[in-house]
Amino acid sequence: MKPVADDIRQTMSRRDLFSLIGTLAGSAVMYEAMSSLAYAGEAGYFGPPKLSGDVKGASVLILGSGMAGMTSAYELRKAGYKVQILEYQDRPGGRNWSLYGGDTYTELGGATQHVEFDKGLYLNPGPWRIPYHHYGMLHYCKLLNVALEPFVQVNYNAYVHSTKAFGGKPQRYRHVQADFQGYVAELLAKSTRQSALDQAVTKEDQEILLEALRQWGALDKNYEYTLGEASSGRRGYDSDPGGGLTSVPTPSQPIGFKDLLQSHLWRSIAAGSGYETQQSLFQPVGGMGMIGKAFGAELKEVIQYNAKVIDIHQDAKGVTVTYQDTQKGGPPMQARADWCICTIPVSVLSQIPINVGAPMQAAIDNLSYASSVKVGLQFKRRFWEEDENIYGGITYTDQPNSTIGYPNSGYFSSGKGVILGAYAFGPAAFEYTSMSPPERIAKSLEYGAKVHPQYMEEFDTGASVAWHRVPWTLGCAGSWTEELRAEHYDAMCALDGRIMLAGEHASRIPAWQEGAVLSALDAIRRLHQRVLAA
Amino acid sequence: MLRRAIASGLALCLLSMAQGASAQGFGMGGYSEQTGEALYQGVCQGCHMPDAKGAVGAGAYPALAGDKRLAAKAYPELVVLRGQKAMPAFGPSFSDAQVAAVVNYVRTHFTNNYSDSVTTDDVKALRATLSAK
Repeated sequence: MKPVADDIRQTMSRRDLFSLIGTLAGSAVMYEAMSSLAYAGEAGYFGPPKLSGDVKGASVLILGSGMAGMTSAYELRKAGYKVQILEYQDRPGGRNWSLYGGDTYTELGGATQHVEFDKGLYLNPGPWRIPYHHYGMLHYCKLLNVALEPFVQVNYNAYVHSTKAFGGKPQRYRHVQADFQGYVAELLAKSTRQSALDQAVTKEDQEILLEALRQWGALDKNYEYTLGEASSGRRGYDSDPGGGLTSVPTPSQPIGFKDLLQSHLWRSIAAGSGYETQQSLFQPVGGMGMIGKAFGAELKEVIQYNAKVIDIHQDAKGVTVTYQDTQKGGPPMQARADWCICTIPVSVLSQIPINVGAPMQAAIDNLSYASSVKVGLQFKRRFWEEDENIYGGITYTDQPNSTIGYPNSGYFSSGKGVILGAYAFGPAAFEYTSMSPPERIAKSLEYGAKVHPQYMEEFDTGASVAWHRVPWTLGCAGSWTEELRAEHYDAMCALDGRIMLAGEHASRIPAWQEGAVLSALDAIRRLHQRVLAA
Repeated sequence: MLRRAIASGLALCLLSMAQGASAQGFGMGGYSEQTGEALYQGVCQGCHMPDAKGAVGAGAYPALAGDKRLAAKAYPELVVLRGQKAMPAFGPSFSDAQVAAVVNYVRTHFTNNYSDSVTTDDVKALRATLSAK
């Protein structure tokens, strides 16, 4: 049996239904209806929220000026609420952040890095790409006039690399991709022609399948993936077709199938196939942090920086938040509002006294944060472009640095360039975190030099961010598992008295900025309905 | 509905899928370090710091140096296996021997001096208790 909500969707949109109920029966009934239809369970982006109705001077205190906090503040202020944001740092954006030359960053433990990148070059320590279907993020970029440019996820001329395959020599993505697809097509064609698929595919469809396999896999007239025009049309030539009398191309030899399988490099060729990594993707011109800066400028009247929250207390009428000014010092201060949207990462929030109910407290206490590390390396010249014809995109390696990301802008410029030299996860990230910043750079150079021999000669300066040493997050993002979600997710997102949590940790798109935005939009919609119903 | 199922199935940490990493994969996978010292320096000091004195920002990492709670050996065993608040669980990624080694190391360094050591069997038993719950 289909859920009620699905049946309703067939006849009218949920929002239509709510507005109908709201019109006929008043807002309190509407709130009930929304709750009973599990509005919060519906996925996706509904467009900018329409928070209409008289909010009667209600105030909302927002903790944190990351994407969730600023989305909340922007929309609530527009709807007529009095809003105030308390922010621990001295800048807006949270994990929406770029490091530029001249910036100083001090991690937990006290190591301070003075970033020395050239003007216009940067490292995005956190998010670095926005998929085309992260509609909330794209909406706010447009609204805030943040210019976007393409983010290259898949570069067929970048590398896939294993220290254990092909003598450690990196392979071009296009070779591995074309050859793997070609051989799979050949095998399937062979099986089809040997009648091995007669049970599964009708004779008529087998003809179609064979033609499809020939096209998909670049097979020759015998349905084989071989050295020749067809395969080189995918993987490229040893010598490209030319003009005039030097025009005859030399086809390239595919990698042997057995070698290809055993190399395990096929692991890296699905990187651009995921829903979140399919083209088109975007990045803000000048660094991801441009979004946070623009949002912060829009909200500058309402953000109070350098405010370290030390206590959150709600009563029947409102919420009082106690905080310390980390710059000026002095005795703790208090801010109060009717409602509170708390976007503080729960890794930090679990250490702050807050009187919420046991289910929400359990949700806060049971979500630890994943580990991730990024290292930016500035080189004296863009050798990956000049020597290797790699323009943007990503190389994957089986070493702990995992990822080498090439800059997706400034192509063909003659100056320096900053490469993402490491993007580590899991155990490798914990190990990277345990190193000092200079050690992280040294290790990234060592690993990267196995892909690009130019590394040591051309290295100029670097910077790293290990998310478990970031003073205001203690990790990169909420590390949900299916079990944790089943037990704690609903409580994480509930309205607890006068407090609601928001952020990527209160979304089903963890670690993506879109999760933070959608979480905020969902939270303020529910809060608004509650305020109108009061 | 399908879209949501896919999204959660792919749940990524800002990450490519290239290495087969998923949200469920965070903190999982093995560590090559085997001795207590190597494990501490390779993993634990990322948060607890090389001197085991912890650190304070918007939140804090507790000091392990001179931590009286370490007197009961089951306490650090439990925290390493299961995690605690911001601390991730290392039960899925550490072997029983690795848990014992790192707990013994921490309980006998950084001014801690507890002579009753943890055995691999202790960890095995505690892990079994936890998974039975």
